[in-house]
Amino acid sequence: MRKTCLKSAVLGVALFSFTVATAAAQTARDYINIVGSSTVYPFATVVVEQFGKTTKFKTPKVESTGSGGGLKLFCAGVGVEHPDITNASRRIKKSELETCHQNGVKEIIEVKIGYDGIAIANSKKAKQLSLSLRDIFLALAKEVPDPKGGEKLVKNPYKAWKEVNVNLPNQKIEVLGPPPTSGTRDAFAELALEGGCKTFSWIKAIKKKDKKAYKKICHTVREDGAYVEAGENDNLIVQKLESNPDALGVFGFSFLDQNLDKVQGSAVNGVMPKFELIANGQYPISRPLYFYVKKAHIGVIPGIEEYLAEFTSEKAWGDEGYLTDRGLIPMPRKERLTFEANVKSQRNLNM
Amino acid sequence: MNKHETTNKTIPTARSKTKDIVRQSLKKRYNRERRFKWHGQAAIAVALLLLLILFFSISGKGYTAFQQTMMSLDVYLDPEILDPEGSRDPAVLARGDYGGIVKATMRRMFPEVTGRQDKRALYALVSSGASFMLHDKVMENPALVGQRVSVWVPADDEVDMLMKGHVSRDVSEADRRLSDQQLVWIDQLVTEGRIQKQFNTAFFTAGDSRDPELSGIRGALTGSLITLVITLMLSFPVGVATAVYLEEFAPRNRWTDVIEVNINNLAAVPSIVFGLLGLAVFINFLGFPRSAPLVGGLVLTLMTLPTIIIASRAALKSVPPSIREAALGVGASPMQTILFHVLPLAMPGMLTGTIIGMAQALGETAPLLMIGMVAFIVDVPSGIYDPSTALPVQIFLWADSPERAFVERTSAAIMVLLAFLISMNAVSVFLRKRFERRW
Repeated sequence: MRKTCLKSAVLGVALFSFTVATAAAQTARDYINIVGSSTVYPFATVVVEQFGKTTKFKTPKVESTGSGGGLKLFCAGVGVEHPDITNASRRIKKSELETCHQNGVKEIIEVKIGYDGIAIANSKKAKQLSLSLRDIFLALAKEVPDPKGGEKLVKNPYKAWKEVNVNLPNQKIEVLGPPPTSGTRDAFAELALEGGCKTFSWIKAIKKKDKKAYKKICHTVREDGAYVEAGENDNLIVQKLESNPDALGVFGFSFLDQNLDKVQGSAVNGVMPKFELIANGQYPISRPLYFYVKKAHIGVIPGIEEYLAEFTSEKAWGDEGYLTDRGLIPMPRKERLTFEANVKSQRNLNM
Repeated sequence: MNKHETTNKTIPTARSKTKDIVRQSLKKRYNRERRFKWHGQAAIAVALLLLLILFFSISGKGYTAFQQTMMSLDVYLDPEILDPEGSRDPAVLARGDYGGIVKATMRRMFPEVTGRQDKRALYALVSSGASFMLHDKVMENPALVGQRVSVWVPADDEVDMLMKGHVSRDVSEADRRLSDQQLVWIDQLVTEGRIQKQFNTAFFTAGDSRDPELSGIRGALTGSLITLVITLMLSFPVGVATAVYLEEFAPRNRWTDVIEVNINNLAAVPSIVFGLLGLAVFINFLGFPRSAPLVGGLVLTLMTLPTIIIASRAALKSVPPSIREAALGVGASPMQTILFHVLPLAMPGMLTGTIIGMAQALGETAPLLMIGMVAFIVDVPSGIYDPSTALPVQIFLWADSPERAFVERTSAAIMVLLAFLISMNAVSVFLRKRFERRW
């Protein structure tokens, strides 16, 4: 009895170590592993698919982990179990780069792929709005300058757009937007809210004295129900706008582009969220998109160089490339050439 | 005596009083009872109504995805383009410019189109998958080069949406993804019978794609299947063995009590916690690859184990002790008793529990998020180490895609998932009805 017990125990251990061993053997990965931002995800996946279909390499795997999550995985170390490329809807932070260096990820290539506009849109059934960044800040910040004047902050008293700016319609302030976990929200706070916030010179003056306080004033969104966190799913926001003509929605340009028959973008600072106007930098709420490549993996994982070549080719990210069909706003030609050269020479990122 | 009389007298009056009270309140009581029943019926009606709304909204949105707008092209597989040297070498043919052939075919159909922008608009009508289809056709049969073949290729998703009525023609041109000129071309092709809606086989045979017309659920379905097989293979034997030991052999002491409480607690742990455990143990510690069905299966095993153990124990408990006593009485050993008498009788209940556990595992996304199975994977997985997703994850990813055509595909994928869940539950009901014994 004891003998059979022992036997089965040995068998179990052997089986287990076998699985572990095969798993270890399996880690000689033959496909590219990409992680990162959910904003870059729809663009990266298109390139990945094209790459997989037109080359002899396996189709890379793209995981949507968010910019921060992606960089954390990316910077965890060098080796096949770590991702080769991470997408980001913002630039890598200095602290993240330091973590990378500490974990042995010494050399990184930075590639900017283009821009993403953030649209503020409402249903086609409603009137098209024209907002300024200041209007957006006053309507959505948690604390705003006292409407009676003076350099002090009060809890946001505005209930209707008309109170914010007399030229706007008498319509309840109701904005559906992404939650704080989203990169779109970060960009919206930084570009739209802070952009409007800065127009008050006395708040701008705070920045020099107390950066934290300044950020708190400019980036904090009101929590009294005027700003509704509608989840990460931009399609859902579009659907909600359709059924609620009084509401405005905040989402990425590609979703506006796909749903032009249902929703209309509002002009911001007098500029419409149109492809050309975002591309030439006139539309104020747009952010750059990036991806980062681990240099140590080039040559180890097959296909990285070819993938980079595909992504940085004119037929992908050019003015008429297939990425622009998906709503990516291309960089000016000069900038594209710089980044293409960076990729070719595998220029290391220094900050 | 007197006293007795009075009591005698009072009793009938008291009786008649109670009777009256009862009679008076009878109607009220009946009403109350009826209302109680109504509440129950209303609850069921609400549940059914919600279920119906769910089914109708999903199938109403999703049924169109089972059809795909296809376009008939008369392709001339020009040897000048595909194989200028005439070697018919597969390596040369594989590199051929099939996109160029598709474009040439479109130009031949509409010779009046000349401008660069117009040509771009014309090419946009046909899916980018058309060139890959031609490529596959030629690789299968290189003799086709130099011939004219008529093929049905998928139309672009914008055309598909128009044909299915998901986009309106009435809005102004600037607000449409298709221009007026493109609409004219499409109408002409429709009258020629070159654009038709056909059964969408790609939906069942293709992996994920960023082009809605080329995307399918095969990859996700295979991933789910591999994951579930691993889950079943691990959790069923372990679960049943645990249940048998705890129910038939284990002494009642503090240790078994602790184990029991923990199993019950484990059943209530949110699934994302198992995902975190999987990330920490299987991926970070044991070094299993991310996004692999193996890890998914292991994590889901942990999640389903308590369900199976609890159901199996209940099944074992329901086998009457007389069976065991009779077996032991005629001289069977405890192991024989369990293997040949108790287990077969408890099996239907155990299988039901297992299937319900499996159905739960099939619909799970949260733990898969942690172990990297929420990813864009084009190739259909073929082993337990290949990166893969699962069906609910595919639904989640499609729901987040900007392209309009993914809306119906999301609903269609939900329909497939629901069909699987319903059939799994039906099997468990069947097993129970067919094999269950009552005493």
